[in-house]
Amino acid sequence: MQDWQANFARALLDRELPPPPGVSAPNSTGAPERFGVYRNNRMVSLLGALEARFPAARKIVGTEFFKAAARQFIAAHPPRSPIMIFYGDAFPEFLESFKPAQGVPYLADAARLEAARARAYHAADAKPLCREALAAVPGEALADMCFTLHPSIEILSSPHPIVTIFAMNTGTMDLAPIVDWHGEHALILRPEYEVEIRRISAGQAAFLRSLAKKNPLGEAISAALAAEANFDPANSIALLFSRLAIAMVRNGAGGVPA
Amino acid sequence: MPSGQLPLRAGAGFKPEHFAAISAARQPAGFFEVHAENYMGAGGAPHSQLKFIRENYPLSLHGVGLNIGSCEPLDRAHLARLKDLCGRYQPESCSEHLAWSSSGGIYFNDLLPLPYTEATLRCVVAHVDEAQNGLRRRLLIENPAAYLRFEESTIPETEFLEAVARATGCGLLLDINNVFVSARNHAASPQAYLDSFPLHLVGEIHLAGHFAAEADGGALCVDAHGSPVIEAVLALFDRVIARTGPLPALVEWDNDLPQWPVLLAEVNKVQERLCRAAASHKDAAAA
Repeated sequence: MQDWQANFARALLDRELPPPPGVSAPNSTGAPERFGVYRNNRMVSLLGALEARFPAARKIVGTEFFKAAARQFIAAHPPRSPIMIFYGDAFPEFLESFKPAQGVPYLADAARLEAARARAYHAADAKPLCREALAAVPGEALADMCFTLHPSIEILSSPHPIVTIFAMNTGTMDLAPIVDWHGEHALILRPEYEVEIRRISAGQAAFLRSLAKKNPLGEAISAALAAEANFDPANSIALLFSRLAIAMVRNGAGGVPA
Repeated sequence: MPSGQLPLRAGAGFKPEHFAAISAARQPAGFFEVHAENYMGAGGAPHSQLKFIRENYPLSLHGVGLNIGSCEPLDRAHLARLKDLCGRYQPESCSEHLAWSSSGGIYFNDLLPLPYTEATLRCVVAHVDEAQNGLRRRLLIENPAAYLRFEESTIPETEFLEAVARATGCGLLLDINNVFVSARNHAASPQAYLDSFPLHLVGEIHLAGHFAAEADGGALCVDAHGSPVIEAVLALFDRVIARTGPLPALVEWDNDLPQWPVLLAEVNKVQERLCRAAASHKDAAAA
């Protein structure tokens, strides 16, 4: 790499450094101020990208706290790709270990939900199977069927009421004290263009996780029942065929579905 | 190399926030331009919206991440993504910047300056060659907005751009707001810059708003794309199109977005100026 570029890049990343040698601006109070425009452009644009992707996390801790955390994240995890729509995938992990946020234990999971939401927004398009596809499967074969879930689907299980917290901090639910504090499972899904975030039961979460691993339906139902005694397979199978699965194949008949 | 043509009309930078308004009725915009990197996800609303734009308007794909002005090798994976996007949407125009945005594996999300020397000219020429060969199409390369200059520069920017175009066959994208901002930031004359600009190579013009910062006693202009195009920039635009005749001219508005009708009014203002330039060109030709 050429010196001019290495020096410029280094000074952009480290605010303690003076501007790189060999740059100037006439009629200026000095290169530091002008170089500051580049530093500022970069920081403002990266903060803006994180604020746009993590509005609930920002609401939870407030703008100033959020920006302070985001600045440290940017220093530790600068973008590695020019595709900024995915910048911040590592932000939830960062928040998890961010000491000043330890008093807000649900912050990282709120950010995980938001990170998944952006991934779902940009995920590949795919058409779900339909209810008729269910009718076409012979009854004795149903338990052997393996599925490909919609590419937008992610499941997030949290020890905190994360779907409720997310809804309250993005304006879809009024902010209110959460009296009955318990864990929630979230299904993140983008059937067409709108991302949906649904609260699902422990059984449904186990069911979908098992299917995502290409286990046959029968096994997924057992996993769901192990996680939740009241799990209702009929409901989840109907949802699977109408919205969640995009392909299926019988176990052992030609390997995993495409 | 195949190279479509944008119409010689005023266009707008497309923002998803305006999609509902734009898709509700035919808009009097000559073309739309998008930032290529915003459409490098796999699917969803961005691609569905871009498909609609593509099917209904001429399209310009404007990249911000190819790192043309860097001394480091081009990112082949990024070039491949840009090629996929060009293949999928067949834009009438594809453009990039005389700037760098990545170094040492880090992406800076900004258009950064380079010194203009024989050495950097060789880098830029090699990058534009590689990009045009990879994309199998002609690129337009845009003049940057600058806040600093490199003392080691030996080639004036306009000559540098002309040399890149001569060596690679690329066209140029003339951003008149960038001309104004850079000239103001270096106590230079934007008119003198435009007088030395190879206007015959210009395939598109950019117009945008900027703000004059308090710093440097108000002498610092920041290319912010968050306000209307100022009158002084429009006056420079008039002088350019009086010489060249009408050109595709884009109004960029990327921050503090207004409602669509406000942006459209800006586009219409630019269109009126293009019409006046076309009329006076016709008069001049007839005389």
